[in-house]
Amino acid sequence: KDRIAIPRVKMPEVDPAVRSRTYDEVNLGLTPELAANESHRCLDCVDPTCITGCPVEINIPKFIKNIERGEFLEAAKTLKETSALPAVCGRVCPQERQCESQCFYTLKLKKEPVAIGHLERFAADYERMSGNISIPETAPTNGIKIAVVGSGPAGLAFAGDMVKLGYDVTVFEALHELGGVLRYGIPEFRLPNEIVDIEIDGLKKMGVKFVTNCIVGKTISQEDLKAEGFKGIFVGSGAGLPNFMNIPGENLIGIMSCNEYLTRVNLMQAADPDSDTPVYKGKKVAVVGGGNTAMDAVRTARRLGAERAMIVYRRSEEEMPARVEEIKHAKEEGIEFYTLHNPIRYEGDEQGHVQRMLLQRMELGAPDQSGRRRPVAIEGDTTWLEVDEVIVSVGVSPNPLIPQSFDGMEVTSWGTIVVNSDTMQTADEMIFAGGDIVRGGATVILAMGDGRKAAKAMHQYLKGDQVEK
Amino acid sequence: MNKIVSKEYLSDRVVKFEVEAPLIAKSRRAGHFVIVRVGKKGERVPYTIADADLKKGTITLVIQKVGKSSQKVCELNTGDYITDIVGPLGKATHIENFGTVVCAGGGVGIAPMLPIMKAMKETGNKVISVLGARTKELIILEEQVREHSDEVIIMTDDGSYGEKGLITNGVEKVILREKVDMCVTIGPAIMMKFVSELTKKYDVPTVASLNTIMVDGTGMCGACRVTVGGQTRFVCVDGPEFDAHQVDFNEMLMRLKAYDR
Ligand SMILES: Cc1cc2nc3c(=O)[nH]c(=O)nc-3n(C[C@H](O)[C@H](O)[C@H](O)COP(=O)(O)OP(=O)(O)OC[C@H]3O[C@@H](n4cnc5c(N)ncnc54)[C@H](O)[C@@H]3O)c2cc1C
Ligand SMILES: Cc1cc2nc3c(=O)[nH]c(=O)nc-3n(C[C@H](O)[C@H](O)[C@H](O)COP(=O)(O)OP(=O)(O)OC[C@H]3O[C@@H](n4cnc5c(N)ncnc54)[C@H](O)[C@@H]3O)c2cc1C
Ligand code: SF4
Ligand code: SF4
Ligand code: FES
Ligand SMILES: [Mg+2]
Repeated sequence: KDRIAIPRVKMPEVDPAVRSRTYDEVNLGLTPELAANESHRCLDCVDPTCITGCPVEINIPKFIKNIERGEFLEAAKTLKETSALPAVCGRVCPQERQCESQCFYTLKLKKEPVAIGHLERFAADYERMSGNISIPETAPTNGIKIAVVGSGPAGLAFAGDMVKLGYDVTVFEALHELGGVLRYGIPEFRLPNEIVDIEIDGLKKMGVKFVTNCIVGKTISQEDLKAEGFKGIFVGSGAGLPNFMNIPGENLIGIMSCNEYLTRVNLMQAADPDSDTPVYKGKKVAVVGGGNTAMDAVRTARRLGAERAMIVYRRSEEEMPARVEEIKHAKEEGIEFYTLHNPIRYEGDEQGHVQRMLLQRMELGAPDQSGRRRPVAIEGDTTWLEVDEVIVSVGVSPNPLIPQSFDGMEVTSWGTIVVNSDTMQTADEMIFAGGDIVRGGATVILAMGDGRKAAKAMHQYLKGDQVEK
Repeated sequence: MNKIVSKEYLSDRVVKFEVEAPLIAKSRRAGHFVIVRVGKKGERVPYTIADADLKKGTITLVIQKVGKSSQKVCELNTGDYITDIVGPLGKATHIENFGTVVCAGGGVGIAPMLPIMKAMKETGNKVISVLGARTKELIILEEQVREHSDEVIIMTDDGSYGEKGLITNGVEKVILREKVDMCVTIGPAIMMKFVSELTKKYDVPTVASLNTIMVDGTGMCGACRVTVGGQTRFVCVDGPEFDAHQVDFNEMLMRLKAYDR
């Protein structure tokens, strides 16, 4: 068929030489022509396997058909039936591992999949730029107070669904800005703040209240929330605790967690000369790790003027958890990859500033539980790398604040909150939880999916409660 | 936005503020701190809650001008608003009837010591406060300290007030004179280091309140990390108070200079 012969669209992007000096978004988005062209590729399968690859089961053929018909606003509406933040997910979902991995093209034709993510972004951006953002209808208020802990994607998705059902929703956020990782983690060159702001404004228009600078469990307690009449609590407090490797010299000056680095730059705007928050602008920057956070940090370092911006990763590129697009973009921007290298020691100058790191060369052994081949040290094969800044990005652990300060919930030995995976309800029946605090570090779309699932279940729980009384 | 309801100069460089923050006033305990940000381009900076008034819904901060961010707070006046305050943060001080407690406070560290002194005294301890500063002018809050202490010893480097000598000389005098069950020290890192070395020599259990560089103050970034007993700990969530004898003060002193270049 003709459809199959059309080549997959290429996302227009800013030239690497230009973009590695600015914070502007790298991907420019599809034009209506490009989007229409790509939409012709979708075969509108009888059994749309792509949907099974999407954690929130977006009706993919339907929204793509809308694009094909030129009904872009309808496409956005279809997306919003199941996804709370399509402009965000179109940009940051690991599509190659989710929807696009299950596309007919990938599975049966062994061809490049339909660019579902790019089309999703197109429809959401089109709606936003048209000025015709549909504010979903909300049921008449029922006056029942609901508290949300954390304003990341899990909390935002939950809040959106609950306010639609008529609940009186208040989101409490520990930081001075809203959005969770969408704000302080993912850099603007990948997800502009404007996109996050517009989503949050939409929720405000629907009646969601936001309280910043309020740490649940510290500023207000679980008892305070109950005393103030909150009937349900959703915990979306994320996986904010950075892991370190505990190797000699790791506390030298110039070595920091990925969270610290990205928070300084994204939340505190440290690269802006008028900002009071300082940040290192190293010339030889190594980032340890191979996930999205590592790619974000290394590309940020490049933008802050690093002559050498390097990824140090103990496995090979194939095992890297980062999105394929981020790895591609990083390489185009001149990021050096030290794969199969693992830091074992740091050394600094007299002032305690890091100067060099000792790397252990690795090789791949047998697969581990995760199915990825385990990296093993090549005995005696080490090398020194000169650095003046190191960013440690070897994973995060669940934020311990809520598990430590709340009673009645069950917590695993990894610090995640235990929930019923169908309802997201915790052992305390008025408390539901989702996102990274339940899963450990996961993805935006999974966090959102959890929030939506929890909203549905909490609504049922609260209705049941009312019927009984 | 939190309104400043009063401002008072305790010395040239030290300002005491009362700020509206009813929720924090209600939940804070001795040893807790807040993170403060002034202006849209402002930095997040930690300050100890020196006192709270539940009726007025205010907290008291005592702030010393050392650099840009502390200067910015100190320029605010009664009626002005602080852009952001979040807290209470950190673990509260462990208060218990130990017997005799020496509170060794240096410089602006005297302010965060006040609520601890008060709580220690209320729990039945004999409280001996040793205050140290370079010169008379920098001894702050003496009157309030006297109110909550059984005895107050003042040490100045130049001998302009109290006795001439270092804070460690004052603490040692007490240890040699009577049995001390616990020492709490708050002040510049270098001072806490020397107090800790002294009390270690005499086997007096000692707690130090560490003032590392912070960003979020909620355990998210690790900027505040220190080595305690050979392990990396985060001051904002695991502290700010630690067993002083286990703290690697040299590393902490080094890390405090991280952004000095
Ligand atoms: C740098 C980086 C890049 C990433 N890139 C991608 C990507 O490309 N694609 C993708 O799908 N995923 C990505 N992720 C992962 C994704 O961002 C997370 O899985 C997702 O944000 C989790 O959402 P959440 O709502 O559970 O928590 P978070 O986004 O972490 O939000 C939690 C919020 O709760 C607040 N909070 C915590 N405790 C309290 C409390 N006690 N009271 C009040 N507020 C509290 C926190 O301050 C925070 O704002 C990335 C993560 C990082 C760090
Ligand atoms: C838990 C905690 C509680 C604190 N309580 C108080 C308080 O009640 N009152 C008060 O005045 N200060 C307090 N501090 C210290 C205060 O946070 C710093 O003085 C402030 O961050 C300095 O910011 P700046 O921009 O004004 O100075 P900068 O320009 O950042 O620093 C000026 C000089 O001070 C040093 N410095 C930087 N940060 C700190 C720090 N955290 N502690 C000590 N020296 C530092 C720098 O090395 C530099 O030499 C506390 C710190 C912590 C961690
Ligand atoms: S939300 Fe993510 S997984 Fe689902 S269709 Fe969109 S891009 Fe694919
Ligand atoms: S599997 Fe691919 S081709 Fe089929 S409906 Fe989904 S996106 Fe279209
Ligand atoms: S200040 Fe960020 S972890 Fe302590
Ligand atoms: Mg400063």
